[in-house]
Amino acid sequence: MSNRISVQLFGITREIVGSSALTLDLPQPGQVGELLNNLKEHYPALNGLRSLLVAVNGEYAEADQPIHPNDEIALIPPVSGG
Amino acid sequence: MVSITTDPIDMNAAYRYVSTDSAGAITFFFGTVRDSTNERAVERLEYEAYDRMALTKMQEIAAEACRRWDVRKYTIIHRKGNLAIGDIAVLIAVATPHRADAFDACRYLIDTLKQQVPIWKKEIFEDGQVWVDAHP
Repeated sequence: MSNRISVQLFGITREIVGSSALTLDLPQPGQVGELLNNLKEHYPALNGLRSLLVAVNGEYAEADQPIHPNDEIALIPPVSGG
Repeated sequence: MVSITTDPIDMNAAYRYVSTDSAGAITFFFGTVRDSTNERAVERLEYEAYDRMALTKMQEIAAEACRRWDVRKYTIIHRKGNLAIGDIAVLIAVATPHRADAFDACRYLIDTLKQQVPIWKKEIFEDGQVWVDAHP
């Protein structure tokens, strides 16, 4: 039983992955930390960023936060608005 | 009011929006596109936003400013897409009864926006491009 989730990508993470979204399977129950480790393994360039956060349903999430199948997930590289 | 737009930012409309009879002070901050970074000539900027979350975060920091200071009206407008040198990338306006609150709240809003709101800019140079602050 796995947990298929979709991840939105912005800025440099979109360019590293080469797509504005990706779908992946996490072992259930998935957590934010597992997702990050999984992505950093597949896309080593993510390790070179100053920071990399995950947003779950529009809020910054901690590593131990669980991920549910219908959550809106996004990778948040260092922000630079303004 | 907070918004994200691809259209040029209308400062006159923002002024009309924040004008209120109870305000004795209105501060504006304009973040504009600079022509160079570290003495390297910038051709243009590209802004990208996670709209849903960016709007929520902008609303949250505005609510916090209203708790800390006597803000009667405010607006935060961020532009996205392709911007040319001199364009306004962000406009913040705050109306308060007295000037100290207007300056402090405006400063808080731009500083906190730059730290927390999921918006990204890429500097396009003649010979390359860089996502700002992405790498150590």
